[in-house]
Amino acid sequence: MDYMRFEAPSSVDAAVALLAEGGGGARVLAGGTDLLVQLRSGMVEPSLVVDIKRLPEVREIAAEDGGFRVGAAVSGAELGEHAELKALWPGVVESAELIGSTQIQGRASMGGNLCNASPAADTVPALIAARATCTVAGPRGRREVAVEDICTGPGRTSLAPGEFVVSFHLPARPAHSGDAYLRFIPRTEMDIAVVGVGVSLTLDLQGACTQAEVSLGAVAPTALRVREAAEALVGTRLDDAAMEALARAAAAACRPIDDKRGTVAFRTRVAGVLAQRAARIAADRARSN
Amino acid sequence: MSESVKGNGAAKALRWVGTRAARPDGVDKVTGRARFGADLFAPNMLHGRVLRSPHAHARIVSIDVSGAEKLPGVKAIVTRDDFPEMPSEWSPLGELIVNYHDMTRNVMAREKVLYEGHPVAAVAATSPSLAKRALAAIEVEYEVLPHVLDPVEAMRPDAPLLHDHLFTAGVDPRPETPSNVAKRVQFGHGDVEEGFAAADLTLEREFDTRPVHQGYIEPHACLGSVSEDGQAELWVSTQGHFSVRGHCARLLGWEMSRIRVTAAEIGGGFGGKTVVYLEPLSLALSARACQPVKMQMTREEVFRATGPTSGAHVRVKIGATRDGRITAADAELVYQAGAFQGSPVQPGAMSAFAPYALDHVRTVGYDVVVNRPKVAAYRAPGAPIAEFAVESTLDELARELGLDPLELRLRNAAREGSQSSYGPKFGPIGMAATLEAAKAHPHYHAPLGPHQGRGVASGFWFNIGGETCATMNVNEDGTVGLMTGTPDIGGTRASVSMMAAETLGIPLERIRPIIGDTNALGYTFVTGGSRVTYSSGMAAVQAAEDIIGQVRARAARLWDIPVEAVEWQDGMVAPAGANAGEFDPMSLADVARVSGKTGGPIVGEVAINAQGAGPSFGTHIVDVEIDPDTGRVSIARYTAIQDAGKAVHPSYVEGQMQGGAVQGIGWALNEEYIYDEQGRLENPGFLDYRMPVCSDVPMIDTVIVEVPNPAHPFGVRGVGETPIIPPMAAIANAVEDAVGLRFTELPMSPPRVLRALDEQRERLQAQAAE
Amino acid sequence: MAKLHITTTINGDATEFLCEPEQTLLDVLRDELQLTGSKEGCASGDCGACSVMLDGRLVCACLVLGAEAAGRTVETIEGVARGEELHLVQRKFLEHHALQCGVCTPGFIVAAKALLERDTDPSETEVRYWLAGNLCRCTGYDKIVRAVLDAAAEMRGEEAGA
Repeated sequence: MDYMRFEAPSSVDAAVALLAEGGGGARVLAGGTDLLVQLRSGMVEPSLVVDIKRLPEVREIAAEDGGFRVGAAVSGAELGEHAELKALWPGVVESAELIGSTQIQGRASMGGNLCNASPAADTVPALIAARATCTVAGPRGRREVAVEDICTGPGRTSLAPGEFVVSFHLPARPAHSGDAYLRFIPRTEMDIAVVGVGVSLTLDLQGACTQAEVSLGAVAPTALRVREAAEALVGTRLDDAAMEALARAAAAACRPIDDKRGTVAFRTRVAGVLAQRAARIAADRARSN
Repeated sequence: MSESVKGNGAAKALRWVGTRAARPDGVDKVTGRARFGADLFAPNMLHGRVLRSPHAHARIVSIDVSGAEKLPGVKAIVTRDDFPEMPSEWSPLGELIVNYHDMTRNVMAREKVLYEGHPVAAVAATSPSLAKRALAAIEVEYEVLPHVLDPVEAMRPDAPLLHDHLFTAGVDPRPETPSNVAKRVQFGHGDVEEGFAAADLTLEREFDTRPVHQGYIEPHACLGSVSEDGQAELWVSTQGHFSVRGHCARLLGWEMSRIRVTAAEIGGGFGGKTVVYLEPLSLALSARACQPVKMQMTREEVFRATGPTSGAHVRVKIGATRDGRITAADAELVYQAGAFQGSPVQPGAMSAFAPYALDHVRTVGYDVVVNRPKVAAYRAPGAPIAEFAVESTLDELARELGLDPLELRLRNAAREGSQSSYGPKFGPIGMAATLEAAKAHPHYHAPLGPHQGRGVASGFWFNIGGETCATMNVNEDGTVGLMTGTPDIGGTRASVSMMAAETLGIPLERIRPIIGDTNALGYTFVTGGSRVTYSSGMAAVQAAEDIIGQVRARAARLWDIPVEAVEWQDGMVAPAGANAGEFDPMSLADVARVSGKTGGPIVGEVAINAQGAGPSFGTHIVDVEIDPDTGRVSIARYTAIQDAGKAVHPSYVEGQMQGGAVQGIGWALNEEYIYDEQGRLENPGFLDYRMPVCSDVPMIDTVIVEVPNPAHPFGVRGVGETPIIPPMAAIANAVEDAVGLRFTELPMSPPRVLRALDEQRERLQAQAAE
Repeated sequence: MAKLHITTTINGDATEFLCEPEQTLLDVLRDELQLTGSKEGCASGDCGACSVMLDGRLVCACLVLGAEAAGRTVETIEGVARGEELHLVQRKFLEHHALQCGVCTPGFIVAAKALLERDTDPSETEVRYWLAGNLCRCTGYDKIVRAVLDAAAEMRGEEAGA
């Protein structure tokens, strides 16, 4: 058991160099709300922890191409305080704001939430539904990756040694668009999602759905982008039949496990319920902009 | 916020008792100054940690500490070899009893580990991180054995046996083969068969509850310091430092006089801090290292190795006439004790039907060992489980009979003179008064919203007295130092001081209360059994009366008149009428100032075994709202009603009622232990052991009923435990009211509720199709 | 093993400490600086008993590494009262008897103070959700929520009068 080293580099290049040097024993510290719990419990014993919060780029929110560039370590509280971002992508922001308590909100970030690679991460279904991408910095420079391509399984990512997520890009969107994220937890707060659903959609002037994305969390080893569920909405006026089809498609996509947080049956059943509820909220939002 | 219903007590005007006075430890607690168990530091202090079993059940083949001993900074290691064998001998602890043969094995595993988290070694090192490293260097070889977690399974003849020498007590003849059933108990009177024969309607139901943890926010912590001459000091977060001293002395084979124990501020206990875990280990390590050793549990250790209360299986049978008179009541209770015997099945069996006056009643209980942590007392130990089953069955009975559930209870309520289901006749009690208050409460008549339902349930708890000391030192300026021996877990320094101030007739601010250490006072039983305001209050009142007697004698001496001619009035001594002489009245301060001339310092001392603790009854009303598509049950409105005898400090009485209700809400809805196939706890943290958070609950309205307890100078009854009893049944009854489904298994978590709702929908669809 | 030398500001005072890289800010506050008002209830961010302000944000000190405090400002329960004057929230907790054992109280006070600094007119629901990360097992939260709402009301009154 070696002692852990702590570094807080001030440039992305330095961070990449440290992470590359640290290899499999290196861990990125963003908000720390998952990493410190894992450290304390002995679940991870890194030889190196690289705190990326001294990198200005990972702490900023900036307008970009009609959408927003959001630093990987921006906290949930900061996202919630950004009125323009919240107006454009309310579902994404609320997914980040649902992570943990007020205290956790002061620290937890989308970058950490994504790269912790928990199947139950709240922001991931919302980001997938938003068709968000992220900028990954690494020894070979930078690349832009779809959010849904980052997680490959529980606790596993597609990031190569030395790579880390610097920021997210949330795209511009047409008028009459809305998104929403809902999760089920047994209490009102402080739980990990038993099921999470992100829905993003666009309506035409007549109120018909022209585009939709549906993503489910906590029902499979990684968050799922469920095309069949989206197709159940596109071309409809989100009537009862469409909502029934949405619930069926969402439930059919679930490949959950029984664990301490929920059963297969419960997750599958509630995925459909929440997909409908999230779609209704997204549609209400789309109608009002 | 709270209303108060006056009972039949005629009270003279009180200046302090019954007010919402400031608590003496308040400022320390809002500023972070108060020192809890883990807040103590000693010079040259080491940090202790415990190595725990990863197995639910295994024989310990060998323990090799040589690798850890070699690490620099490791100063002491103890294992089973450092603790003497103990005979089977019982000792009272709160409402429960403990056996030293088992206690030494729970503190440090000997032949076997009996649950995941069972201690197998402890180390002391110069830093917490070194201590952690040392644990990793200890090698333990285990022979893993089959395990059993469920009490009903553990009763089967082919179940894995935890103890080779455990034979069921309380059955005749004594069994010839050992089993996991430690004990059978039976209570009741009359003839239940005769009673059921007289019933128009008989209901029989079975219930299952899961173990739940006390959930105190402060993990166990202590700091032990043993010097080269064997003198030991221990600072510890505990509900009973005298018990800690006694247990540590026994487990270590030391004389009690060697150990001085000081109670730190305690960050919650609810019964769970009446047990020793780290304390003997810290003293044993310190004795080896001759340095102070601080130990504190992680939250994970708290969940894996301390508390909880039993999970149980309960069968209830109740018969009644058409007009709602209960003719017979019968229950069988199977409680799991954890790894060692001593579940609260006995108080459970005694309390199950206690709220009711019954001619024919019987309860039979079984104490069953399983491969889980040994249970500890948890707020009215045993009663919430038993009364959940009884109060749920009663609700169904009321439904079947077409009676209002409060009315059914009123028709059968125990009253003064009723023979209790556990034996003695009741004195003045408030069961009926709480039911009447519930009936009259606006909550009971308020309209319900969609998907909402309302439930009620009652609860009973014995309350206890016990050995209690108090010392009152009158300072030279007439102020008073008040010392009691019951750790203050929720504001009792305030309530006890208020009773002392009332008796002495001096302002409350002139009394400074402290909790004395084990050398400063005589033996005082634990803070438990809702006994502190009752017993320490009684002792403090008697100490004050002792002082009044002494002050009268001093004045008599100063005035040179007979003591009978000196009166005590409003905190002053005065001549008793014109014949006694012409002297200006003297205050306590006046007498204290000249006490050197009249015999020396004035000290009031009392050592009692407080008797006559009055039982407390409560009735709760709850509205729930159910999400039909996710199965989530929310608490929409809650009212707790309870007989406090006399609410000395109404805010803290309300606080007990509110806190107990919310613990009961957690028990009812979400709290449970989840084990994997290997018997390892999967949710040893606040993330997945889901206690209610602030946003889960509404305001908890309270009504304090006051039916004075004649045995107490101010009429006090204990109030701390009763409020955790009614919530589980009240919520289950409300859920039935909302959706027509009866839940007999706790917790009523969303997966269970949604499954039942879906099955109900399928049944209804099938019926519609027919 | 070399410890890290960290320079930071705690309750307005420039502070230096040595820490192991894996020590949390809570470990440092309690064990190195003996600021024991912040409590360890869980060490996993689930109970809020170690609530502190870090650069003006409410956080759990158990989820911050001690080393992260370098160059930042930390405010703990020990810095809430000014001299002998208790903070309004502290006073209201006493007035409403919003504590029993008191071990969660420092965390609640730090968290409630942070809420009222952003919003002096929170609804009961807003108070409850803001404080959802602070566990209390004694009080059932009732008197805590009342204390915070009353503190907010007094704050508004003072502002209106000012």
